[in-house]
Amino acid sequence: MAIGVTNAPEKSKSSGSIINDPQVRGIFYQAITIVILAVLVYWIVDNTVENLRRANIASGYGFLNSRAGFDVGQSLIAFTSDSSYGRALVVGFVNTLLVAITGIVTATIIGFLVGIGRLSHNWIIAKLSLAYVEVFRNIPPLLVIFFWYSGVLAILPQARDALALPLDVYVSNRGVAFPRPIFGDGAQYTLFAIIIAVVASFAFARYARQRQEATGQRLPVLWTVLGLLIGLPLITFLATGAPLTFDVPIAGKFNLTGGSVVGPEFMSLFLALSFYTAAFIAEIVRAGIRGISKGQTEAAHALGIRPRLTTRLVVVPQAMRIIIPPLTSQYLNLTKNSSLAVAVGYADLVAVGGTILNQTGQSIEVVSIWLIVYLTLSLATSLFMNWYNARMALVER
Amino acid sequence: MARRILTALVGAAVMGIGAQAASAATLDDVKAKGFVQCGVNTGLAGFAAPDASGNWSGFDVDYCKAVAAAVFGDATKVKYTPTSAKERFPALQSGEVDLLARNTTWTINRDTALGFNFRPVNYYDGQGFMVRKSLNVKSALELSGAAVCVQTGTTTELNLADYFKTNNLQYNPVVFEKLEEVNAAYDAGRCDVYTTDQSGLYSLRLTLSKPDEHMILPEIISKEPLGPAVRQGDDQWYDIVSWVHYALVQAEEFGITQANVEEMKKSTNPDVQRFLGVEADSKIGTDLGLTNDWAVNVIKAVGNYGEVFDRNIGAGSALKIERGLNALWNKGGIQYAPPVR
Repeated sequence: MAIGVTNAPEKSKSSGSIINDPQVRGIFYQAITIVILAVLVYWIVDNTVENLRRANIASGYGFLNSRAGFDVGQSLIAFTSDSSYGRALVVGFVNTLLVAITGIVTATIIGFLVGIGRLSHNWIIAKLSLAYVEVFRNIPPLLVIFFWYSGVLAILPQARDALALPLDVYVSNRGVAFPRPIFGDGAQYTLFAIIIAVVASFAFARYARQRQEATGQRLPVLWTVLGLLIGLPLITFLATGAPLTFDVPIAGKFNLTGGSVVGPEFMSLFLALSFYTAAFIAEIVRAGIRGISKGQTEAAHALGIRPRLTTRLVVVPQAMRIIIPPLTSQYLNLTKNSSLAVAVGYADLVAVGGTILNQTGQSIEVVSIWLIVYLTLSLATSLFMNWYNARMALVER
Repeated sequence: MARRILTALVGAAVMGIGAQAASAATLDDVKAKGFVQCGVNTGLAGFAAPDASGNWSGFDVDYCKAVAAAVFGDATKVKYTPTSAKERFPALQSGEVDLLARNTTWTINRDTALGFNFRPVNYYDGQGFMVRKSLNVKSALELSGAAVCVQTGTTTELNLADYFKTNNLQYNPVVFEKLEEVNAAYDAGRCDVYTTDQSGLYSLRLTLSKPDEHMILPEIISKEPLGPAVRQGDDQWYDIVSWVHYALVQAEEFGITQANVEEMKKSTNPDVQRFLGVEADSKIGTDLGLTNDWAVNVIKAVGNYGEVFDRNIGAGSALKIERGLNALWNKGGIQYAPPVR
């Protein structure tokens, strides 16, 4: 503003009119934009309220405490038809999180493998990776979901003739059933042992690094950590008398009963989202690695750093700076695409919310919950990735 | 200049509010646009389904046609909006459709909280179960542990939960939004049981790859009175839609059919004369906001209730559903029309 004030006399001298002052014009147009926006928002809100009132539709979020009355097929937390609508939404939210997180992890792994595969000097690997990217990138995700769902339903055997795999795993068109571990008394000690082992591993790795930086001596980090992570829990587990049994699936009248079941709805959604998003991640990874100047590698070699170390310490850290921002977008896409679950009957937030919307007629409330949840999820993902990006960023000295 | 644009915008917005608020009289809207926008099922053989050339037919579709005939004297002045179970209520609430004829169950919640009005029940239905014959199940009480395919957002979904809970049975719901998806999943063996209104089961069984391998269990676990729904707060339109149904039922009671309606106008029976609007000084239609021969137009377009039933879902159709509760009140059913007087 200070500049505007000093400039104003000169401007008015040269043009003679306040209308031609770019400062004034700028403020004027911004004000107009704000007014139009405000009128639009007011109009939408007012119209909605008026329409709701006229249609005699009850509004408010009180319905969240009412009894749901319907059952949900896939739920990680306890849910019955006596639970509330609010809890049903939580079930949907947890299911969305489940498919989003497992999808992100799998898509990242596949994406990095395929992305590096495209840069491979091995002709077959490079071409296979290329084919993968081009196929999955160019099919709408909904079709990929249908492909997996119909494929799974059509090819797998009926529940009564379930395919028996080793370790009491059964595969049928009702999903994959596997033994569910049941932890007995004393199992918590094993859990403690795992936590202690993880903490100790981190501490040891940190100590080893400091020692190497200070003295140049290296400790066998990998073997120590492996020993800690496997040995400690195993010893505790055996010492407490192996308190673990399995609930094995057995053929019932209709389905397999007992054990845990991963339904075909989750499987198809998870596979489709992972494979679809992985194609994009592969391209991002390839772009990131190709984006590093060849001179970096050559300089590292000139310093006598071996090729594997060059990749790990020179190329990858720099490539990550290019990869992470677009990678965040892909994670957000995957999370949002998980709302396609409704097409195959997976009980995600949108599917469950849709049912509630229908039973209660509270469209605006349910839609607002959807918006807020997805917005929060996306912002949280962005925040985490920004933090990670800041950590990976080049530290300027 | 910019200020003028702003003024115009504000003006348009204000007018927009005005135009929205004035839309309460559905009959005027319908007459102004020249057709009835009717919300129907996305495809349920016998009730509402398009044929290969896109022409809709079925029990519910005939109700749309009957309303158009009553309003315009022309049964073709209808446009159909196929809606899923989930889409149907917002479609009616928002005014996207004038009338919902989509085998929708009348419940207190829909009548009040959702802001709709129901009155005539054009089909008394109840929820049933369909299973594969090879399962050797004779009763719904033997279904514990089964995977059940069901459409979301329906009373069916709620009845199912209640029935299994009351009888202490376990089940695994497999829920889809669209009827076609439920169908495909059941046909592929994703579930053991398919549950919906019994009329729907008869209809859906025809679309399965091997209809003979499936049977419908005897239990009916709920009351499902199906009927047309309109928005609350427009009594005139509500009356028209209600009386179109009563006219169909009354016509069957009088023995008036699509074929003999012109002849019946010469009837000496004063009740029939009044009903068909040929009585001197008749106000039988004008009081509804229609012409006096509206009932004639309705019957000419689709026939009487019995004809509509038989042609679409009864003896004359592939579904072959018995009249049962839907017979006239004097023939052992409960279809009953208030006096046209």
